[in-house]
Amino acid sequence: MNKSDGISQFFIRNAVPLVFLVVSAVAIPISQFSPSYLIQELLIRLSRNAFLVLSLLIPIMAGMGLNFGMVLGAMAGQIGLIFVCDWNIVGVQGLLLAAIISTPLAILFGFLCGIVLNKAQGREMVTSYILGFFMNGVYQLVVLYGFGSLVPIVSAKLLLSRGYGIRNVTNLDGMRRSLDELIPLNIAGIEIPVATFLLIGIFCLFVLWFRKTKLGQDMRATGQDMVVARSAGIRVMRTRIISIVISTVLACYGQIVFLQNVGTMNTYNSHEQAGVFAIAALLVGGATVSRASILNVFTGIILFHLVFIVSPMAGKYLLGDAQIGEYFRVFISYGIIALALVLHAWRRMNDKERARAQFRGAEGGAA
Amino acid sequence: METTPLLRVEGVGKAYYSNVVLKNITFSLEEGRILGVVGENGAGKSTLMNILFGMSVIEKTGGYTGSIFVNGEEVHFRRPKDALNAGIGMVHQEFSLIPGFTVTENILLNRESLNYTVAEEVFGSCLRTLNRPAMTTRAESAIKKLNVDLDGETLIAELPVGHKQFTEIAREIANSSTKILVLDEPTAVLTESEADILLASMRRLADAGIAIIFISHRLNEVLTICDDIVVLRDGEVVLNTPTAQTSVRGMAAAMVGRKVESIAPENNEDTRLIGETLLEVDHLWVDMPGETVRNVNLAIRQGEIFGIGGLAGQGKLGIANGIMGLAPAGGTVRFDGKPLALNQPSAPLAAGISAVSEDRRGVGLLLEESIAWNIIFSAMQNQGKFLKPLAGGLVRVRDEAAICACAQRYIADLEIKCVNELQIVQELSGGNQQKVCLAKAFETNPRLLFVAEPTRGIDVGAKKVVLDTLQRYNREFGMTIVMVSSELEELRSICDRIAITDRGRIAGILPASEPSENFGILMMGTAHEGAQTA
Repeated sequence: MNKSDGISQFFIRNAVPLVFLVVSAVAIPISQFSPSYLIQELLIRLSRNAFLVLSLLIPIMAGMGLNFGMVLGAMAGQIGLIFVCDWNIVGVQGLLLAAIISTPLAILFGFLCGIVLNKAQGREMVTSYILGFFMNGVYQLVVLYGFGSLVPIVSAKLLLSRGYGIRNVTNLDGMRRSLDELIPLNIAGIEIPVATFLLIGIFCLFVLWFRKTKLGQDMRATGQDMVVARSAGIRVMRTRIISIVISTVLACYGQIVFLQNVGTMNTYNSHEQAGVFAIAALLVGGATVSRASILNVFTGIILFHLVFIVSPMAGKYLLGDAQIGEYFRVFISYGIIALALVLHAWRRMNDKERARAQFRGAEGGAA
Repeated sequence: METTPLLRVEGVGKAYYSNVVLKNITFSLEEGRILGVVGENGAGKSTLMNILFGMSVIEKTGGYTGSIFVNGEEVHFRRPKDALNAGIGMVHQEFSLIPGFTVTENILLNRESLNYTVAEEVFGSCLRTLNRPAMTTRAESAIKKLNVDLDGETLIAELPVGHKQFTEIAREIANSSTKILVLDEPTAVLTESEADILLASMRRLADAGIAIIFISHRLNEVLTICDDIVVLRDGEVVLNTPTAQTSVRGMAAAMVGRKVESIAPENNEDTRLIGETLLEVDHLWVDMPGETVRNVNLAIRQGEIFGIGGLAGQGKLGIANGIMGLAPAGGTVRFDGKPLALNQPSAPLAAGISAVSEDRRGVGLLLEESIAWNIIFSAMQNQGKFLKPLAGGLVRVRDEAAICACAQRYIADLEIKCVNELQIVQELSGGNQQKVCLAKAFETNPRLLFVAEPTRGIDVGAKKVVLDTLQRYNREFGMTIVMVSSELEELRSICDRIAITDRGRIAGILPASEPSENFGILMMGTAHEGAQTA
């Protein structure tokens, strides 16, 4: 009984990645993509998204759930990119400068977000989600009316024809793939963005190292039981704010890396989807609201984007309509998030019940 | 005196505004000794420990009087940190451990051993890394002092309850400055064998020079392990003696005392007929947070007033809530020979069982409604009373005149002090609210009535009315009453038999005429073997 219990536990715990594995196993042959094309696409998407998804790990460690507030970081990154474009600084230097400009902004946003989330304990996820919407409004106001009027923007190419406000699409040609192609490597026709992966690798090492620091330990303690952590003298509120600040800054860098790969920026939309897709990818990797690892990040990105790549083609061959695949992808990202939240609540309830049954003792359990 | 005691408490008193909870407490504790502190709930133990540990609630409510000396120096703790720095470690009743951390991580929580890193030059010491090997050594040495079998690498979530307790204690010992250790009911959650190990560990610690204050309800344990015993009652030290000079009975008598039965009406000529078994409870368990019932067997007879007493947290409240379907429960309950469905609040009501909840404001009353509406609410909802047909029975509307008349009857009967029956219940005093609760239960004409903590937080006058009313309904209408109360004397004044709960079980059932200390012994868990008289 114990063994079958273990197996069913394994299936329950890994239900989401398993479903994705099955879906992609079915869809890959139908899509008729060649392996080399798939590998190339996956490498691009890994390099694009890994940073954004990794930025979610630290708030989960601190018990604040999935940080939907990471879009604030993405906004900061985009503001940095707009300035760099305006000053016409190109290549990796441009990316670096964009990161430097946007860091203080991201720290400020993260700090404010952290303060708000501390006031909404236990409801961090929904609060950060709505906070993202709210800040989106502020961002649009500033970029649409402030830039070119209050904030000096020189380049006419960036501005709307009325003289102020940034255009819908900002062209990042000067920086396009500058990081990806910094160290060129081509194996069997597949291009590998070495520099980007090096950066991601360094970042993974940072996360691993961070877990071992005193601050990381404090975050884990805070995440598991705030009351206990506080009574042990850990400054819980400060720790939580720091975790959000780190996440926001990393999301800001993540967005810069993402956009340099894409090459164009939808000034008013790019950041919106950053949060939802990153979170969905992490959850597909088998992470939960309270537990996530680096392994979850990479499995998640691979599985999630594999389905993304193949589903439009599979949809086209199966149903004669590529739109169905696109529909499927949006449907799935929100569905996965909803499923993960429900599973999390359900598991917590189960754990609580088990703990109580244990406390009640064996003799009472007969009935 | 040749040596200065490690801890000396002199004339300490504490009042929460006008309510005096501690008076002139004096005792001392020497190095390597174990002091047992015993007393009923509300005797002042917690307040005393809060003062000793500098809990903020004491400062916030005006501090305390008297003085405390540690090593001969007067101290005045304003924060728990002050107490910690002075070498006082406290293990609380509820666990403060982090479930996903290992034993080692918990023992050294926020006192981890750290390594230097370059990053700390920029961002401060919070970026030092943990020195795992050093932590393991420190935790192991603390565990060794306890002499228990505890693996530092196990997660807390996977440990049995007893080992969690050991982890807590190890945490206090790992702090090398700890000289005085306060253990607040550490054995309450332990099995007997675990408790034995704990007691042995305490002795080892004492031999190593740590002074221990041991708070427990289990008099046998206190007698076995302690060198000195302090018994508190109503905020005063009523007994302060070396263990050798007292006994379980002596302590129980000191604790319970012989209070004057001021509110108790005489059990006058008893012409009642105590009938057959009305309610039979078999292997009941109830999952009520904080009042877990593990295994209760009871038989309550028709027409009696049955009392359920016991200390807080031992399950007395859970019994009533479980039978009424207000908390998840299991086992079998038979009412009047028929099985009663559990976990369905409507089942007991339909069978003729009503309850007056201990949670007057939360469960008992609709606070923003009138007295009349409150009194008739249950009867109308469950029994269709106070409704009259309209339009040939198509709809039924409330019969306002009957509702008012009924409310007025109860207001006069139970002496409810109010403007009129339409006054909002929220505006009434606690005692009058309680009377409304009673009226509400009476109006359903129950055959069996559960009354939980009927006199909690109400004044003496109202107390008497409430108790008299319960007795009158029992005498006049033959209503069987089960009264759950923490006040032993109150139970003894009106009940026929009293059951005492202990660790979620019935420790024993005694006639109310037995002397107080026999109940005291049951409460303290000293007689929990073989006393199942039910």
